[in-house]
Amino acid sequence: MALKTDAVGKEWAGTTYQVGREKIKEYATALGIENPVHFDVGAAREAGFRDVVAPPMFCVVYALPAMAPAILDPEVGMNFATMVHGGQEFEWGEVVCSGDEITTAPRCLSIEEKLGNGFYVFESTSVNQDGEQVLRGVWTNIVRGV
Amino acid sequence: MADFEVGDELQELRVTPDKYLPHRYAGASGDYNPIHIDDEFAKAVGLPRNILHGLYSMGLVAKANAVALAGGDPRALKKLSVQFRGMGVPEQEIVVTGTVKEVDGNRVVVDTVATQGDTKLIKNAVAELEL
Repeated sequence: MALKTDAVGKEWAGTTYQVGREKIKEYATALGIENPVHFDVGAAREAGFRDVVAPPMFCVVYALPAMAPAILDPEVGMNFATMVHGGQEFEWGEVVCSGDEITTAPRCLSIEEKLGNGFYVFESTSVNQDGEQVLRGVWTNIVRGV
Repeated sequence: MADFEVGDELQELRVTPDKYLPHRYAGASGDYNPIHIDDEFAKAVGLPRNILHGLYSMGLVAKANAVALAGGDPRALKKLSVQFRGMGVPEQEIVVTGTVKEVDGNRVVVDTVATQGDTKLIKNAVAELEL
């Protein structure tokens, strides 16, 4: 069966996330990350950050909700019952601190069939309130048996 | 210059996520997919039990690299790409290991693997750090 590829190249509107100290603390605690720059504003400023700083993988907190419009788009048409998260790539730019407003916009990079499975690849670009890029993500979802 | 050489082993990270870790990670990350937090739902869709979030395991890989090579500095990790393989479960130890693959001035590239028992959770993870 031919895979529907109409959505390749499609871009979705950005979603903005307001970064806060308590959310950074909650994320760092779940991962068992202990550096005080993620918990204490004094320690963060002493280390040269504007405010409590996010660990790199905190990017899931601000970027994941922004992917929903792309993932759920009927034009993409993924079958969620057989979908798995196959691969993930992140490239970090400017650091993210409490008080930042991060806007993440997704784009469909490719939809391909390999060995009977559908590979849906999305790119996300996240910028802060000053327009500086903080993250580029490449999200690969595999739908088995397309 | 980075104080690391090609072939150096990363200081390994060992973590045993407790029974409620997937719930705390769900809250922290906003990913409430029931396969991670509802044991009955997970079994009903053919999984052995509720499973760990793949992005949690990726978070451990990021942490292992930052701690081992940069004293936990959140600015060090510039790029991380992973392939998710086996499914992780709570209440079993995860071991993250790695080997330095390239050193170029301040830039270090590390091959990282996360395993749980005989299961590879993440393989071919490539981390690029600036030290």
